[in-house]
Amino acid sequence: MTKKLDDNLNVEPLIMEKGKKGRCAYSMPKRDIENFYLNKDLKGSELNLPDLCEIDIVRHYTRLSQLNFGLDTGMYPLGSCTMKYNPKLNEQLLACSGFSKAHPLVPETLSQGALQLIYELEQYLCLITGTDACSLQPSAGAQGELVGMLMICAFHKAKKNVKSKIIIPDTAHGTNPASASLCGLHPVQIKSNKNGILVPETVDKVMDDQTAGIMLTNPNTLGLFEENILEISQIVHSKGGQVYCDGANLNAVMGIVELGKIGVDVLHLNLHKTFSAPHGGGGPGSGPVCVKKHLIPFLPVPRIIKENNTYTFCENFPETIGRIHPFFGNFGVMVKAYAYIRTMGAKYLKKASQLAVLNANYIKECLKEVFYLPYDRPCLHECVFSDKFQAKYKITTLDICKRLMDFGFHPPTVYFPLVVNGAIMIEPTETESKESIDRLIDAFKTIANEAKDNPDILKKAPNTCPVKRLDETKAARQPLLSE
Amino acid sequence: MRYLPHTKEDIEIMLSRIGISSLDELFPTISENCHSKKLPDLPEALTEWELCDLMNIYSRNTASGTKYKNFIGAGNYEHYIPSTIYYLLERSEFLTAYTPYQPEISQGTLQAVYEYQSLVSRLLGMEVANASLYDGASALAEALLMAIRIKKKKKVLISSLIHPHYRQVVNTYFKFTDFQVDEIPYLENGLTDISILNDTDDVAAVAVQSPNFFGCIESLKSFSEAALKKDMLFIVCFSEPFAYGLLKNPGSQGADIACGEGQSFGVSQLFGGPGLGMFASKMKFVRNMPGRLVGKTNDLDKKRGFVLTLATREQHIRREKATSNICTNNSLCAIAAAIYISSLGGTGLQKLAKLNYDKSEYLKKKFINAGLPATFKSPTFNEFVVKFPKGFKSLRNSILKNKIIPGLCLEKYYPELSDHYLICATETKSKEDLDLFVKEVLS
Repeated sequence: MTKKLDDNLNVEPLIMEKGKKGRCAYSMPKRDIENFYLNKDLKGSELNLPDLCEIDIVRHYTRLSQLNFGLDTGMYPLGSCTMKYNPKLNEQLLACSGFSKAHPLVPETLSQGALQLIYELEQYLCLITGTDACSLQPSAGAQGELVGMLMICAFHKAKKNVKSKIIIPDTAHGTNPASASLCGLHPVQIKSNKNGILVPETVDKVMDDQTAGIMLTNPNTLGLFEENILEISQIVHSKGGQVYCDGANLNAVMGIVELGKIGVDVLHLNLHKTFSAPHGGGGPGSGPVCVKKHLIPFLPVPRIIKENNTYTFCENFPETIGRIHPFFGNFGVMVKAYAYIRTMGAKYLKKASQLAVLNANYIKECLKEVFYLPYDRPCLHECVFSDKFQAKYKITTLDICKRLMDFGFHPPTVYFPLVVNGAIMIEPTETESKESIDRLIDAFKTIANEAKDNPDILKKAPNTCPVKRLDETKAARQPLLSE
Repeated sequence: MRYLPHTKEDIEIMLSRIGISSLDELFPTISENCHSKKLPDLPEALTEWELCDLMNIYSRNTASGTKYKNFIGAGNYEHYIPSTIYYLLERSEFLTAYTPYQPEISQGTLQAVYEYQSLVSRLLGMEVANASLYDGASALAEALLMAIRIKKKKKVLISSLIHPHYRQVVNTYFKFTDFQVDEIPYLENGLTDISILNDTDDVAAVAVQSPNFFGCIESLKSFSEAALKKDMLFIVCFSEPFAYGLLKNPGSQGADIACGEGQSFGVSQLFGGPGLGMFASKMKFVRNMPGRLVGKTNDLDKKRGFVLTLATREQHIRREKATSNICTNNSLCAIAAAIYISSLGGTGLQKLAKLNYDKSEYLKKKFINAGLPATFKSPTFNEFVVKFPKGFKSLRNSILKNKIIPGLCLEKYYPELSDHYLICATETKSKEDLDLFVKEVLS
């Protein structure tokens, strides 16, 4: 065995390669009753699962965690994902509370605390977005989009309108068309203009009586405010449509714009982005949907009603789209978002948005000399560059982002939005200090120089991660998905 | 404000670099008539200490398993969770990471999820499992949509003994599609009426839950044979995956897709969410699967590594033609389940599953002795239905006062079952708890 020491540090055996039959890392409850008969026709065969003891488990997952980069490790400027600091207090509040063993189907009289928290969070989200009602049932942004689209369909059905299309701009998240098509709506893609925003004429041209409405993102995925939203929504409304807003980028406009008051009829939010709940390496999230008054009858059930200071669930809404969660939504995520809003208050939520925008514009100004900025105008919470200046050295966005890891940063979102070739989408969020932003800027500048002087180092990057670049083509061609 | 690092000086320097002089000037693209006129009317900001006090009140006003002996399961189960799970899930490298789009820097999440896929495939006896969906209900909806894509037929059959809330969610997903969902009635023995399959044609899939909502164990083999004859896919759904620690798993019984709720495996009850959508299928259907998949590959040095793969199925590439709109899933819950399953191991899981089975069998026996036999005669796992004497509703309140929650009243879901209760007993209930419960019901 001549394995190099550093190799050993970066390779953790699979859990099924560990352990020995007969070990156990679980404190088995005492058997205080007899054994009961089980028909052998029902009984399964022995389970092919690894047996480990407790220290094996703890070391395995501790080592795996060390192969990961989290927001607590360093700056995570992933565009459109709002990787802001996740307060530890909020984790603690959830872990220590009686909520962890709260069953969703006990009589409501025994769940008043949980119901009150959900009810109040709904109210807060309405206040922040200028809407009239909210449902916290959707489990993530994409499910929120689906709920929003279903409600628009239900609205049209109630009016006996027949609709088959939905307008979606080219700057939309991929989930938007996928969610719309689950409702049987055909997406009609429209282009943003040379400034990266939608112009009313484009919408006017495609908006017809077969179209259910428009699904836009504001601020959009270029980090720009859709300046013409009032006019656009007027056009859509005048032709009988509804305006859906993907609120994934709400972090730019808290306390600054109430989307419900500028023509949006329904929008979803991401509690795991704007409201500081951690993302968990891919969820769980929470994607509440906020609506204006005329869409309230279509909200998912059950809804929480407050009467005489008592909270109850009510399902009696004949026009509802129905239930979207087996219970009432991802309550665990709601608790963290609730704690965040109560900690910040309105004043600091607004301050957070201002600082998020300040950070993004500062990065934009400091980097636009070295990286191509396709839309050179004031941005909101994120800015989008591309690899155009580096193309002459045959350096791509992928190379730049992989090299950034060597400087201790998580890369930005890359190759999205699709309207920018080789996009590099940077969202710093408000919780990064000037020092950490300056370090990111320095790293980018160094990389821009390396692209000229030493392109090889970028092609080979990353060099400091647990693994080098991975063969993704092989993974897709010969899928190995389990042991 | 402790989460905001900018000093006054920082702000000034940054503003001047941008070429403006105040934070308000950062929003020139937002016209006056789009600007909010005032701050949202939220309650005043709280200190850490005030917030703790407030949350204590909310928590106290929520009946928890520590204060009550709860005999309701119905898709959300109380099982002991080892402290190692809480401890390891708080590793912020897992907790505060995003979806692992950049594999070199995300090997921890990727390997943990790959292991989860492997453990779930083995447990369910299926060839491939995905990285997770939201919960059992949406997993079932996605399974039915997947079957419709594969079979190119517009109708699906689902058992009326699938969790009522799952069926409601399926109906919501299908509301504005031109697909049809028909429900299969149940029989006196508490099982789904398989004979319906003989008279149906042109159906994409049949979905059955086992153990079903009444806790009864369905004859999966008979369904898979019948489904095969009729050229439909067979979907096995579940709300209590513990059953497969003991019983024959869906794969061995011929399931094409197995999906359901994984909350029982180390995920806190948390008033019903987040849960864990488990989803597995035969390998030949993998390109039609919804959700993320982690695959094994190697790096430039031929070292083993993991990546998100088969992304051409997904929304960010295929957009409206994607196999699902899902993006954020329930990764951290999947890791919790993987830690839980490996903490028990094959030996431990089987032993604990048997203990669960025995606890509910013991309770069932006690009720039989008290003249209250289980309504349905088929074998059950963890849950069963009992008809309580008329007038139980008033007795129920006094039982609640004694900190016992005596099962879920079924009348709301199955109007024909008035006075019937769905009762659940897991390893968390001692013999004393079970005896006391029966005594209270008889009092």
